Amino acid sequence: MSGLLRICTAGSVDDGKSTLIGRLLYDSRSVYEDQVSSVQKASKNRTAGPIDFSLFTDGLRAEREQGITIDVAYRYFATARRKFILADTPGHEQYTRNMATGASTADVAILLVDARNGVRPQSRRHARIARLLGITDFVLAVNKMDLMEFDRGVFDQICDEFAEALHGARLHPIPMSALHGDNVITRSERTPWFEGRSLLEYLETVDVERSQHGKPFRFPVQLVLRPDHNFRGYAGQIVSGTISAGDAVTVWPSGRTTRVARIVTWDGDIDQARSPMSVTLTLEDEIDISRGDLIATGDVEVGQRFRADVVWMDERPLDPSRVYLLKHSTRTVTAEVDHALVLNQIGSVTVSTARPILFDRYSENRSTGGFILIDPKTNFTACAGMISESLGRHAATSARPSAAERIARLARASGSHDEAVEAVRKALEALLT
Amino acid sequence: MREVVAEFERPVMLYSIGKDSSVLLRLAQKAFYPGPIPFPLLHIDTTYKFREMIEFRDHYTREVGARLIVHTNEEAIAEGTQPFVVGTQRCCGALKTKALLDGLAAGGFDAAFGGARRDEERSRAKERILSLRDANGQWDPKNQRPELWHLLNGRVQKGESIRAFPLSNWTEIDVWSYIHVEHIPVVPLYFAKEREVIVRGESLIALEQPFVPMMPGEKAQRVMCRMRSLGCSPCTGAVRSTADTVPKIIEELIVAKNSERQLRIIDHDQDGSMELKKREGYF
Repeated sequence: MSGLLRICTAGSVDDGKSTLIGRLLYDSRSVYEDQVSSVQKASKNRTAGPIDFSLFTDGLRAEREQGITIDVAYRYFATARRKFILADTPGHEQYTRNMATGASTADVAILLVDARNGVRPQSRRHARIARLLGITDFVLAVNKMDLMEFDRGVFDQICDEFAEALHGARLHPIPMSALHGDNVITRSERTPWFEGRSLLEYLETVDVERSQHGKPFRFPVQLVLRPDHNFRGYAGQIVSGTISAGDAVTVWPSGRTTRVARIVTWDGDIDQARSPMSVTLTLEDEIDISRGDLIATGDVEVGQRFRADVVWMDERPLDPSRVYLLKHSTRTVTAEVDHALVLNQIGSVTVSTARPILFDRYSENRSTGGFILIDPKTNFTACAGMISESLGRHAATSARPSAAERIARLARASGSHDEAVEAVRKALEALLT
Repeated sequence: MREVVAEFERPVMLYSIGKDSSVLLRLAQKAFYPGPIPFPLLHIDTTYKFREMIEFRDHYTREVGARLIVHTNEEAIAEGTQPFVVGTQRCCGALKTKALLDGLAAGGFDAAFGGARRDEERSRAKERILSLRDANGQWDPKNQRPELWHLLNGRVQKGESIRAFPLSNWTEIDVWSYIHVEHIPVVPLYFAKEREVIVRGESLIALEQPFVPMMPGEKAQRVMCRMRSLGCSPCTGAVRSTADTVPKIIEELIVAKNSERQLRIIDHDQDGSMELKKREGYF
């Protein structure tokens, strides 16, 4: 069992998510007394019982004023059995993108549902995003059961609805009252019909498959270190797999093969390294390698066209006639997407990049299968993408010519050099704005 | 750290001399080995830091071989700015936030590493690993870029900059555990010793600056204590403690009832005070 569990929470507004987390932190004694007293002071301003647990997590003034969570907050707590990092993400629809952020590094998602309301569209949507981002273990926390007299029928019905929405995932449903602490830390006497584990018991013992050691070796080069003429090392983090000095590796996109000469660290050379260690490698042969290249073993997809599931996170809609920056591992390239999407929309799209990227399918490797799109005008992180399928470097060309081709045609069609320059300048400007 | 060095032209490390800075410095040594640390350190000196901090700073940065830049808001000091005259909010504003922004501008730095951790304070819990600051160095918590996986978006417009927080996901116990296994030197103020202080409620205030006013009936006493967090001597309280080694500090933290910033007076001067300071440019 891993010593660290990463959790994200999801739910609709007012399902009591922040209250649940505050309760978890408070009852597991992860909140300090001075923080309790500052919250007790503030609780008097609102109407949420003696201690308003959500005030532990809603860190921004606007959140406390409006009584809602706006932004992801990260919380850290530990029990004798495990350490936890918890991403508390907003339920409000306009902040759905933060839900995706929290889910991108999580092992387990806690989906919170208000027992009075049943499964709402927003809950389904969060479940879908978490599933899309590769989470397979879910806690279904049916909250506010105290307001439904801990009725088993209500609980069972919500569980059935969710089982459908989360087909193929592992689901652990718990009837709960976050406000009163039922089934949060210990099993509640008010739900004698419930035979499962409490929330904390589940989180302490759930077994998640996160180890990347057994997968093929992937090492995106972050930096080339050349402190003097005798040393040329490639610094990076091993995102999956294991490597030993003397192992044969391939450098992409050049496709050249060589062997690892040394694994260099500040504490001295080591014989073997594995994910998620950050190390510096030296190679036996002199190969031209720069940031963004990949040192790997086994098959790697090298391509400029692929299918991806994406979550659009920018208020400005995705515009298929514009060029975006695509950041994948340590490589940033320009990219185009085949159809439009609006804020919070989830879709399956085809992405074409100007230069090849080196990837795996997201279902096989989160680190080499995930990417973001950046709007070059605002520099905002506009999209989270998960590669589902390679379309091959020479696969059938898309019906629409690429931006580069369109610009080249404009230039060729111009009557004079000056006209060509002007046409290209205008086209570039249009692309980037 | 390597990501920021790869994507920015002029990075700098904000060096506060505290335990988190010591850890950052070690991580920088490791990240770029066998090369040297490829950026300078910037210390914002309010002139009210503990003497032992300054001694440690000068000695340790020399030993590590790092380039140190010290920046002070000389104008404000000349005007006599100190917490008991202008209040803690204005004092911090002038000697820390303004000095930091001026120091960053003077060096033309486009990225600044800080040792802030999300577990320290609730507005810091909302902070990104790469946090965008506008041309005035200010933070807009409502307009933060999503950070997915480990893909950091470091693109900035001209004039904007980022603050990078490599220790975002570390806790106070993680920091001390790392200091222990890596044998990292820290300022001796963190270890318990008998010190001359005045006892004011829960706080033990050190008597380093001559201007700390005594309340009626208060007098200096010698108390066994240590600092859990380091700041300016008039505004940082010590805690009663007998922990004089790193393992004893870790043991003490495991049973601790109060957070490390409890005795940082500047966090409590108004509701949401850290958030307001951060918006203005504090890190």
